Amino acid sequence: MGEILYGVFVAPFRDMAGSPAFLAEVVIGGVFAGLLYSLVALGFVLIFKASGVFNFAQGVMVLFAALTLVGLLERGLPVVVALVLTALVMVALAFAIERAVLRPLVNQEHIILFMATIGLNFFLEGFGEMVWGANVKKLDVGIPDRTFVMAGIQVNQLELFAAVTAAVLVAVLAVFFHGTRIGRALRAVADDHEAALSIGIPLKTIWVIVWSVAGIVAMVAGIMWGAKSGVQFSLSLIALKALPVLILGGFTSVPGAIAGGLIVGVGEKLGEVYWGPLVGGAIENWFAYVVALAFLLFRPQGLFGEKIIERV
Amino acid sequence: MSLARQPAAARPLLEVRGVSVRFGALLALNRVSLEIGRGEIVAIIGPNGAGKTTLLNVISGFYHPYEGRIVFEGRDRTRLAPPDVAALGIARTFQNVALFKGMTVLDNIMTGRLLKMRGSFLLEAVYWGPARRQELAHRAVVERIIDFLEIQAIRKTPAGRLPYGLQKRVELARALAAEPTLLLLDEPMAGMNVEEKEDMCRFILDVNSEFDTTIALIEHDMGVVMDISDRVAVLDYGRKIADGSPDHVRKDQAVLDAYLGVSHG
Repeated sequence: MGEILYGVFVAPFRDMAGSPAFLAEVVIGGVFAGLLYSLVALGFVLIFKASGVFNFAQGVMVLFAALTLVGLLERGLPVVVALVLTALVMVALAFAIERAVLRPLVNQEHIILFMATIGLNFFLEGFGEMVWGANVKKLDVGIPDRTFVMAGIQVNQLELFAAVTAAVLVAVLAVFFHGTRIGRALRAVADDHEAALSIGIPLKTIWVIVWSVAGIVAMVAGIMWGAKSGVQFSLSLIALKALPVLILGGFTSVPGAIAGGLIVGVGEKLGEVYWGPLVGGAIENWFAYVVALAFLLFRPQGLFGEKIIERV
Repeated sequence: MSLARQPAAARPLLEVRGVSVRFGALLALNRVSLEIGRGEIVAIIGPNGAGKTTLLNVISGFYHPYEGRIVFEGRDRTRLAPPDVAALGIARTFQNVALFKGMTVLDNIMTGRLLKMRGSFLLEAVYWGPARRQELAHRAVVERIIDFLEIQAIRKTPAGRLPYGLQKRVELARALAAEPTLLLLDEPMAGMNVEEKEDMCRFILDVNSEFDTTIALIEHDMGVVMDISDRVAVLDYGRKIADGSPDHVRKDQAVLDAYLGVSHG
């Protein structure tokens, strides 16, 4: 008994204090993973805010974007051209989804739209596989992936780059959605469809914009993740990790998606390294879900959900 | 059917011509025709379920009739979607207030200006140059409307937190922000106390006279209807049963039977 308590409450913190540089490395690794979760969750939040649709296919959109990018690079296109083309493909995808999925189902129950996104999920997965093949691929867009030592801590350039990119992306989105008339229109649509229509906001245009932005966010997530661990179909499973992130941060909050992602990322790495040995490891795989479960019990609206709705 | 006041322009602003709307087996509107002249205040009255809101929804593009036409400023616009109708200069309010509850009163009214805004998103994003000037110009218009409707004190309050009467007023403000030619009000005074109703009456009359806005409104309070309308159209079971000056409609036997009178069964 005493041994277990010691293992849970004392030993991990003693280890952390014993080697702060190692702790910092674990945290940095967690922040990197967390930012990637955040990017996927961000795509969910954007679409959910604007249309109330929970887009089950967001994870596959990450995969699809990464596959497209790799496919274009394999055909010998320069990185910049491939990036632009991939972004265009994601925008075209948004148009197609609006036309083929959202428009015919307008005014339907949310659950029906949700089911439609599940269908979209499988379609995109199969379509991506058909066009680009099912092999694991290496994605190299020229982001340096060397590790250097800064203040006694090992820092990976790729992780640093990902962190900065995610931060910039979030800042741009925040400005875009709060400072511009598109942002105002988006918030209006999220709040009340009917009223938004009556003041002349075209729902269809807003949906295309939101799905395009979500597609491009998915592309960025796909690049980061693909550069780290290769482009493969398990990439679409990150979407599942985005779920607890959303429950943590609140389904409607952009800052919530970021905070939730960081908490899950750092939490699961710390849990794995310091508490993992107690139960034989693999905490990383279920940590996020347990945290999400606790949140559902005690704060179902998430960290930022309700408050942000009130103020935004 | 005599008109109380002939509009100055030869052609009415809005013509609803023989419009029918069907929901399944229910004929919500049965060949209803209604003309609204420039500068008029027209009240649409009738018992519950008579089709008043349906008529408003048809005019604002939320429903499309299966027969009949709607002509606005001389052009057929029967099949337009709501955003396109809004772009033509028709603004509306809703029976159950449809405000953006999470936004402040000021932001709510600013959304009413969305159709008037032009220019580059990029400039807007950094709030610079022309975009900044534009935002300020729109802000000035909105501030005038806020003054006009006497809601300065609640500018920064989230709309969802306001009492019902004030929400109705903010909704009117958002509609006015679009500088509409035709304003459709669905029960603007429902759930208000006497004082609030008097304020709302005054605003409606002022909007009509100061901004030259043509107004069509649905209202249940007969006193209000008789006071402020130039003309009253009466619907019953999806049909128009009377149309004329308040005095004329008040004495109309069909109206008395269907609505004002005793026979509700």
